[in-house]
Amino acid sequence: MPRKLLIGTRKGLFTATKKGRKWRVNQPDFLGVPVSMVLFDRRDGALYAGLDHGHFGCKLQRRVGKRWRELAVPVYPQKKGRPEKTNFGLPWPRSLKLVWSLEIDPSQPGGLWCGTIPGGLFHSPDRGESWQFNDGLWNQKARKKWSGGGFDQPGIHSVVVDPRDANVVTVGISVAGVWRTEDAGRTWRNMSHGMRAAYMPKDLAYDLDAQDPHRLAISAANPDRIWCQHHNGIFVTKRDGTSWREVKAKAPSRFGFAVAAHQRDPDTAWFVPAQKDECRVPVDGKVVVLRTSNAGKSFEVLTRGLPQRDAYDLVLRHGMDLSDDHKTLAMGATSGRVWIGEDGGEQWHELEANLPPVYCLRWIRT
Amino acid sequence: MPRVSFPQVLQRHIACPPVEVGGSTVREVLENAFEIYPAVRSYLLEDGGGLRSHVTIFVDGQVVTDREKLRTTVASGARMDVLQALSGG
Repeated sequence: MPRKLLIGTRKGLFTATKKGRKWRVNQPDFLGVPVSMVLFDRRDGALYAGLDHGHFGCKLQRRVGKRWRELAVPVYPQKKGRPEKTNFGLPWPRSLKLVWSLEIDPSQPGGLWCGTIPGGLFHSPDRGESWQFNDGLWNQKARKKWSGGGFDQPGIHSVVVDPRDANVVTVGISVAGVWRTEDAGRTWRNMSHGMRAAYMPKDLAYDLDAQDPHRLAISAANPDRIWCQHHNGIFVTKRDGTSWREVKAKAPSRFGFAVAAHQRDPDTAWFVPAQKDECRVPVDGKVVVLRTSNAGKSFEVLTRGLPQRDAYDLVLRHGMDLSDDHKTLAMGATSGRVWIGEDGGEQWHELEANLPPVYCLRWIRT
Repeated sequence: MPRVSFPQVLQRHIACPPVEVGGSTVREVLENAFEIYPAVRSYLLEDGGGLRSHVTIFVDGQVVTDREKLRTTVASGARMDVLQALSGG
């Protein structure tokens, strides 16, 4: 069973450690600073944290051993002329607003991908010491149709690298759909065929750039199987691996943000449903986790150890992670509550800590 | 030379005590200060070089309103205070 969990919150980065049978939460790093993203790099044991200093902008930190060190920050290239606007007419300044995703690029020893708000994708070849802006995605003509979802500008919240071929990278953008490159970021295409956006006018419901994937998760057991918690429901790639079918199995709700994919069984994935759309609280005050073990034909509703009345905990898109043991989950909510789910989520235990709102969490693989 | 001071809150992340540097505009003074404290740049300026929206600069008690180009004149011996907005919870 895993023993260490990184928890990025609105007020700092916490680490939960299991000692004996008990989980303990340490004193936080970056106390008072919102932590928008965390990453554990198993290649060298380094930790990365994306910080949002608010007035002072976003920063990246890397920790090796016990010391954190500030890294280069991704910088948007500037362009003269009129400031751009999003599809919804809101200002779209070329300036980093949030580090929203960090993932390993296994093709290089220090390779990292960083997805950001307002919609830029960056790559680092050297463990975050420098960042290159991905022009290929940014220069897509369709970018004119991108918009914000939850934020005023678009954002890249998911970067999924194909374990068979690191040149194949799939990103999830709120709101611009799912995009894929097969040549390490030089060329891109929108891969949202089959997704449906009921929140759009009827004739635009299947517009590829209007899709709002909330989070993507890939299964190493079958990298053609990608799960997507979409604003409009749950989707999974068809056999071709590049188009989507909607999962319509019975559930308290199919709205939500987080998704975790089993890494040995491509038919298994977990979701955390919430009442859509403006409410965004658990349905009927009950925190539950949905698990499918048959590729979305049906869901089990997992409840043991989770609050089943008067609960208003919302799990955000980076708020759930599955451990390397393939059966231990962690889940954190905007209420500051964190649960560890054993046996694939059959039994949940709440951490004994009153944490700030949880933005993201990740297991430290040992 | 103008004397620049940085927000107290910033000291927590980067040590940047007040410093006297050359320059006759806000931009020049800042650029010279960034020579001494390079990491401070991204804390105060947006990617495009304009002042972050919740950062304010006073030159001898006068607020700087040219927030993009930062061309406001700074006299030799002026006091330039960089401040941050107050924020909620």
